[in-house]
Amino acid sequence: MARIGVFVCHCGENISATVDCGKVAETIGNLKHVAYSTEYKYMCSDPGQTLIKDAIKEHNLTGVVVSACSPRMHEPTFRKACAEGGLNPFLCEMANLREHCSWVHEKNELTTEKAIDIVRTQVEKVKLNSALQPIKVPVTKTAMVIGGGIAGIQSALDIANTGHKVIMIERSPSIGGHMSQLSETFPTLDCSQCILTPRMVEVAQHPNITLYTYAEVESVEGFIGNFKVKVRKKAKSLDEKACTGCGLCTTKCPQKKIPNEFEQGMGMRPAIYVPFPQAVPNRPVIDRENCTYYIKGKCKICEIVCPTKAIRFDQPDEILELEIGAIVVATGFDIKHADFFPEYGHGRYKDIIDGLQFERLASASGPTAGVIKRPSDGEIPKNIVFIACAGSRDPAKGIAYCSKICCMYTAKHAMLYKHKVHEGKAHVFYMDIRSGGKNYDEFVRRAIEEDHVNYIRGRVSTVFERDGKLIVKGVDTLLGAQQVEIVADMVVLATAGVASSGAEDLAQKLHVSYDSHKFFAEAHPKLKPVETNTAGIFLAGACQNPKDIPDAVSQASGAAVKVAALFSQSELTREPLVAIVNRTSPPTYSTCVGCFMCQSVCPYQAIEREEFKARDGKVVKTVAKINEGLCQGCGTCVALCRSKSIDLLGYSNTQVYAEVVALLNEY
Amino acid sequence: MKFGIYPGCSLTGSARDYNESVFAIAEAFGLEFTQIPDWNCCGATAAHNLNKELSLALPARILALAEKNGLEEIIVPCAACYSRLVVTQHELKKDPELKNRICEVIEMDYRGTSVILNVIEWIDKYIIPKLEEKIVKPFNHKVACYYGCLLVRPDKILNYDRAEDPQTLDIVMSKIGAAPVDYPFKTECCGAGLSISRTDIVSKLSGKIIEDAEHRGAEAIIVACPMCHSNLDMRRPDINKYWKAKYKIPVIFVTQAIGLAIGLPAEKVGLKRHFVEVKIS
Repeated sequence: MARIGVFVCHCGENISATVDCGKVAETIGNLKHVAYSTEYKYMCSDPGQTLIKDAIKEHNLTGVVVSACSPRMHEPTFRKACAEGGLNPFLCEMANLREHCSWVHEKNELTTEKAIDIVRTQVEKVKLNSALQPIKVPVTKTAMVIGGGIAGIQSALDIANTGHKVIMIERSPSIGGHMSQLSETFPTLDCSQCILTPRMVEVAQHPNITLYTYAEVESVEGFIGNFKVKVRKKAKSLDEKACTGCGLCTTKCPQKKIPNEFEQGMGMRPAIYVPFPQAVPNRPVIDRENCTYYIKGKCKICEIVCPTKAIRFDQPDEILELEIGAIVVATGFDIKHADFFPEYGHGRYKDIIDGLQFERLASASGPTAGVIKRPSDGEIPKNIVFIACAGSRDPAKGIAYCSKICCMYTAKHAMLYKHKVHEGKAHVFYMDIRSGGKNYDEFVRRAIEEDHVNYIRGRVSTVFERDGKLIVKGVDTLLGAQQVEIVADMVVLATAGVASSGAEDLAQKLHVSYDSHKFFAEAHPKLKPVETNTAGIFLAGACQNPKDIPDAVSQASGAAVKVAALFSQSELTREPLVAIVNRTSPPTYSTCVGCFMCQSVCPYQAIEREEFKARDGKVVKTVAKINEGLCQGCGTCVALCRSKSIDLLGYSNTQVYAEVVALLNEY
Repeated sequence: MKFGIYPGCSLTGSARDYNESVFAIAEAFGLEFTQIPDWNCCGATAAHNLNKELSLALPARILALAEKNGLEEIIVPCAACYSRLVVTQHELKKDPELKNRICEVIEMDYRGTSVILNVIEWIDKYIIPKLEEKIVKPFNHKVACYYGCLLVRPDKILNYDRAEDPQTLDIVMSKIGAAPVDYPFKTECCGAGLSISRTDIVSKLSGKIIEDAEHRGAEAIIVACPMCHSNLDMRRPDINKYWKAKYKIPVIFVTQAIGLAIGLPAEKVGLKRHFVEVKIS
C-alpha cells in the first residue's frame, strides 16, 4: 500500500500570495493513499527539509511530493533530503506550483484548484515510481581545451596546475589568439605581447599540457568523463622534431605575396611561414594552397635550404583518437567584416580599416613597427576618426547586441594615436559610452580630458573619399542633431564582434547548444555561465559572447575549476533517468522487433544493437539496447517506438498515463 | 507581352521627356504598354502624411484596376509612385483585415497579384537581355548615377539592391558603355517635394549633388526619378544662383541614355526638353 507524503511550500509569498496553500494541503490530505499532508513557509530551508525527513520516518512514507518551485531549481535539494530520511531519492517528485501556477495566475479559487490538480498528478505518478539506483561511470582524467587564445591558455594552465593532463587543440599554426595581435591593452596600456607570451611559453613547456597546433576537432563521441575525440592534425609539411625553428626556409621562400592573417592583411608573408616571431610553437608550416610546389609541382627551395632536412612535402594529415574526460571550449570570436555596411567604405578605400587592423598598426611588432601610418601612402594621419558601434547595436543592418569591448578599445586606440601623433586630432563617433568595469570609465575620461580626444555623440551616415581625403558625415546629437562633417586622413571602424568562423559546426560536433548569433550557449545565463547543457563541456572566453581579457580570463579559470571538480571524483554519478528497452527472461521475449527506428532518431548515439544467439551461434533475434552512459533521457525513442518497447525510467508510459487519468477523474 | 504602365502625374506633365524615352526604347525593343485605364493619383507625399487609409486606398485602386484589366506586370517609371504602389501591396498582403477594409473603400476587388516593376527592374528584365545586339553608339561617357531616396527603398520591402550604396543603375549604365564614377552622393536628398515650397533648400541640397558629380569628372548625372530630375535640371538656375556657380552638367534619365546608345535621335527620347542643355549624344 502506497503511503504518500505531500509537502506544500509557500515559497515566502511567491506561492501563497495567489494559492491557498492550506486548502491545497488539506484537500490533498484527504486523498486515498496520502498518509501525510502539510504546508510550510520555506520547504527548502533547513527546518523545511527536516520536516520532510521526520515525516518519512514517522509516517513510514513510500513516496514524497514536494509542491513548490520548478524541479530545475530544487529537485536535487529535496531528493537529497528524502535520501537522508531513508527514502530512495527517486521516490520524490516535485509539483511545480510556482512557475506553473502561482506566478502566472491571479489570486482566486481557480488558481488554488489548479494547484490541487498539479499536486494530484504528482501523487498519482509517485505511486508508480520505482526506487532507482544512480548510474556510476568512470572518469578519464584528461581535459581537452579547444582554442589557444588567452581563455584557452588560462584554462589549460589552471587545469594542468591541479595535476591533471590537458590536451590543447589550436587550429592555426600558433597559440596566442587575438590577444597576441593587440598592441596595448586597456585600461592599463600595458603591452599585450609582454603579458601574453610568457603564458604561451608556459603552455608549451608545462609537463601536463600536450599542445597540438594546426589541428581541428574532427568528431566527438561519448559523454561526461568518457569522451572520445578525433582530432585532425593538419599536415604542416614539416618534421617538427627535426626542425630547429631557424627560419631560413621562411626567408628563402620565393612566394612572398600572401596576405598575412596575423597582420590582418596589412602585411605579406611567404608560403612557408611562422605566423609571428613570438609564435608558440616557433616552427613554420607550409600553406599548401599558396605554395608554388603544391600548385606547380616544382620549387622545393625550402627543402634545399633546410639545414636539418625537416621539410616533408608528402606528409599526410594525421587523425588522433583521444580519450577525454572534460572539454573546455575556448574558440574565441571574429570581427564582423564591414561589407554589410557599404556606406562606411571598408574594403573600398584603403585608409578605412577595422579595429584589429589598427591594433597591428599601433603594435611595435606590426607592419609599421608601431608608427601610425595610413595604408594608402604611408603618411602619418593628421586627422583620424573612430566610429564606434559599426554594426553593433544595429538590428536593422548589423547585429542587435552590444559587442562590449569596442567602447574601451576605441578609447584606447584614440589614446594610442594621440600618444604617437601629438599634433594629430582624434575624433570618436559613439552612441553611448559603455565603460563598466574596474578603472574603465576613468580610462575613457582620461582619453577625453587628458588626451583631448574629441568625442561626438552621434552616428555616421557615410564615409567617402574626395581628393584623397576621407569625408565623414555624421550628426552631433548633443548639439541639437547638428550635422558634422570631418575631413579625415584615416577612419577606424569598431566593427562588431561575432562568433568565430566554424563555431556552429563545432557546436554540432560537440552536441552543445548555440544561440542565433552562433555563440555557444551557457546552461544558465546567471548561475551556470561556464557550463553548457551538455555535461562535461564547459565554456571559456569570447566563444560565448564578446568579452574583454579580464572577463575571458576569469571565465577560463571558472571553467578550469569545474573541470578540476569533475576530476576530483574517481567515478561519476549520473541520474538513472534513462530509456530502457523492456526485457523479460529469456531475452528473446522482448517485445522489441528490432526495427531500429529509435537508433536513427537518437540525438546521442546511445542506441546499440544487441544480438541473441542460439547455441549454434546463429543470431535468433536482434533488439535495441540503450547505453545508459550515453542516454540523456530525452525520450525521443520512447515516442517513436512502434511496439511500445522502450520506457523512460522515472517517466514511464504508465506513470505519465496515471498523471493524465488523475486530471480526468474527479477527486 | 503587354505591360501595364502607370504614368502618375509627372510623366504626363513635367517629366514628358522621361515618358517619351520609356516609350521610345520600349518600341525599339518590341515591347508594348497599356496605360491602366481610369488611373488616379498615387497619393504622393501628401496622402500618407495625412491619412493612412487614404494613402493605401489610392494605390490599391490603381492596382485593382490593373488586375481587372488583366495587366499582370505594371511598370511604374516614377520612383515616388513606385514606392507608394509597392508599399501598399506589402501592407495589404501582411494584413488581410486591412485589405478587406480597403476593398470596401475602393468598392473593388483587390487581390495583390500584379507584379510592380520600377524602371530599373524593367530594364533588367526586358531590355538588358537583348541590349548588346542593339547598341550602335556606346554611351562612352563618365557618369554619376544618382538614385535618390525612393528608387531602391524601403529595402526591407523591396529586397532589391543595397539601400545605402545601390549598384543597379551603375550596372545598367556600364552595360551601355558608360563609366560610372565612384559617387558618394547616390542617395543624398535632392530636396524632393520642397521643389515647390522651399526652392532655397532644394538649391542647397541639389547643389551639393551636382557639385560632387562635376568634381569627379562626370559628364552627366543619370537619374530614374522625375522628382530628382526636376530638382537637378529645372531648378538649375536657382542652384547656380544659390551656390554662385555655373554648373553645366546635364541630368539624363537612364532610359534616355539607353535610347541614345541604341541610336534613337535626341528628340525622340525627350532630350530637347531639358532645361540644362544636353550636349553629349
